[in-house]
Amino acid sequence: MSEENMRKSDILIEVKNLKKYFPINKGLLGNDVQYVKAVDDVSFYIRRGETLGLVGESGCGKSTTGRTIIRLYDLTDGEIIFDGAEIGKMRQSEVKPFRKKMQMIFQDPYASLNSRMTVADIIGEPLDIHGLATGKERQEIIYNLLNKVGLGKDHASRYPHEFSGGQRQRIGIARALAVEPDFIICDEPISALDVSIQAQVVNMLEDLQSEMGLTYLFIAHDLSMVKHISDRIGVMYLGKLVEVAESKELYEKPTHPYTQALLSAIPIPDPEVTRSKQRVILEGDVPSPINPPSGCRFRTRCKYAMPICSEAEPELKDIGGGHMCACHLNDR
Amino acid sequence: MSQKLLEVKDLKTSFYIHLGEVQAVRGVSFSVDKGEAIGIVGESGSGKSVTSMSIMRLLQYPGRIKDGEIIFKGEDIVKKSDKEMMAIRGNEIAMIFQDPMTSLNPVFTIGDQIMEAIRRHQGLNKKDAKEKAIEMLRLVGIPSPESRVDNYPHEFSGGMRQRAMIAIALSCQPDLLIADEPTTALDVTIQAQILELMKDLKDKVNTSIILITHDLGVVADVCSRIVVMYGGLIMEEGTSEEIFYDPKHPYTMGLLKSIPRLDLGQKQRLVPIEGTPPDLIKPPVGCPFVSRCPYAMKICKEYRPPYFEVSKGHRSMCWLLHEKAPKVEVETGVKRGTA
Repeated sequence: MSEENMRKSDILIEVKNLKKYFPINKGLLGNDVQYVKAVDDVSFYIRRGETLGLVGESGCGKSTTGRTIIRLYDLTDGEIIFDGAEIGKMRQSEVKPFRKKMQMIFQDPYASLNSRMTVADIIGEPLDIHGLATGKERQEIIYNLLNKVGLGKDHASRYPHEFSGGQRQRIGIARALAVEPDFIICDEPISALDVSIQAQVVNMLEDLQSEMGLTYLFIAHDLSMVKHISDRIGVMYLGKLVEVAESKELYEKPTHPYTQALLSAIPIPDPEVTRSKQRVILEGDVPSPINPPSGCRFRTRCKYAMPICSEAEPELKDIGGGHMCACHLNDR
Repeated sequence: MSQKLLEVKDLKTSFYIHLGEVQAVRGVSFSVDKGEAIGIVGESGSGKSVTSMSIMRLLQYPGRIKDGEIIFKGEDIVKKSDKEMMAIRGNEIAMIFQDPMTSLNPVFTIGDQIMEAIRRHQGLNKKDAKEKAIEMLRLVGIPSPESRVDNYPHEFSGGMRQRAMIAIALSCQPDLLIADEPTTALDVTIQAQILELMKDLKDKVNTSIILITHDLGVVADVCSRIVVMYGGLIMEEGTSEEIFYDPKHPYTMGLLKSIPRLDLGQKQRLVPIEGTPPDLIKPPVGCPFVSRCPYAMKICKEYRPPYFEVSKGHRSMCWLLHEKAPKVEVETGVKRGTA
């Protein structure tokens, strides 16, 4: 195999120029259509067995990116190449076999489980949909999954309301694992949990990854947890990917002014360090994604903004060793 | 000599539901000095919010203060009538709630809601009250407050709503500000703005602050003293330095170990606290943390430990500190200046 092919088969999922616009109708007759550019021209790839973290403020498009990749939303433009196949433009019926390979874990363990179904049925539903197992075999698989996520056989016949938040999240994970996927999108899987429970779930996700060779896209706004779990991290701002780097590199040498501000805003659980830390306090709020600023979208809050920033959009470029950054400062 | 502004003495608050009595707060004592910021940390169900609602006397049926005293400026709040409380609430003690989306009234303008407190407690006329409201909005960093004062909450972003809430809370220059998870619903960049604002106000106006949160980073930043709650009781209390660098309670140690640290090399395994918090309808007889504690002994199950004083102002409810307890190798907290 040539090196080029090696590299290709190494990549599980590649997203090219992904765009997702949501239309909003304005005007008296609703014919004045504007678009919320939730995800605007985002490209990245994830290697097999790797965890890519995606961070950013609310409304930056990180969840929309995840949901579009798994085709919960129809994309406006771009390509999604999963395991060599272009799934971005497939019809929903054609996507079904790929759904078996990619699964999602949702943020809110209270809203994402059907309260009228028993745990066994919740976990077994994907097996039924894909026709993977019935009867005794199905039951066996469910018990195994429960065991895998640290719950017991006796939990199978109970209902979601009988469980705590952390346990429900485990049920959600068991359901995602039922079809033996290759790729799991974790959309803020621990944000709704208590600190002492978060570590339990994160450790479990890490164990499952090494045991089953899973690939993760980990979406979160808790930057210290993202650093902990990810191999590489992408930072999003207003629908754009502004920086991608190995997680250690990103935290040690953040290059984009937004990443720098985001990292400096994390309160550190160490009184002396956090009090002596120099903070970059960003002024104002995120601009509207309906009418984003011209050129670089961050320029309205950036302290280094130059004339060129309003004129040309900076490209996401490799600035050495796979560290990608979209900022005009790098061209100087 | 610093002056005590608030002193909570053996507070017990319960909720009487059909399953029985939920003992949410089971005997909590602490005090807040003038101009001091203290943090109350703990997970959901530890009783931290119920403590603050008790101080505000905002408990709703079926909740009730069962026992204890809350001495504010020398007077016991627990014994005050509802009418007397109305003169204190929003005036001398103010509160910022977690969710700015639901705690503002959507049908009144931001200005109206700030003016309500000012007019009620300070007896200003409408014109003066509006001027004051604009001034408050400017203080909390809302741009062009003269026009923003007539906006409705839905026209504000999440961070701005939280600022507006702070403006309402501070409009009467309260002596005590209770902030219950004030930044949990916000993004880190907005959180940094709000925390900066709170620290500023403490220094400028000398307001005392009780900050309730589960985020250890936030308390490390703002508070000089920390109260760690679990199962309706205070497990440990001390200065931020003592709690972070020299924790004496296994629960505090567990909390510190379960959060990822930016300084440690990657893929360092987190150390979770196994198990789940106790059921407060039938609270454990002994230490509430016994079922999750890696150092649990026989006595922990049978008797609730008293507070052991580690040093002046630093106390911990744990049998390990008893002179006859076995000397265990306990891991210390955060290494000074490394995180």
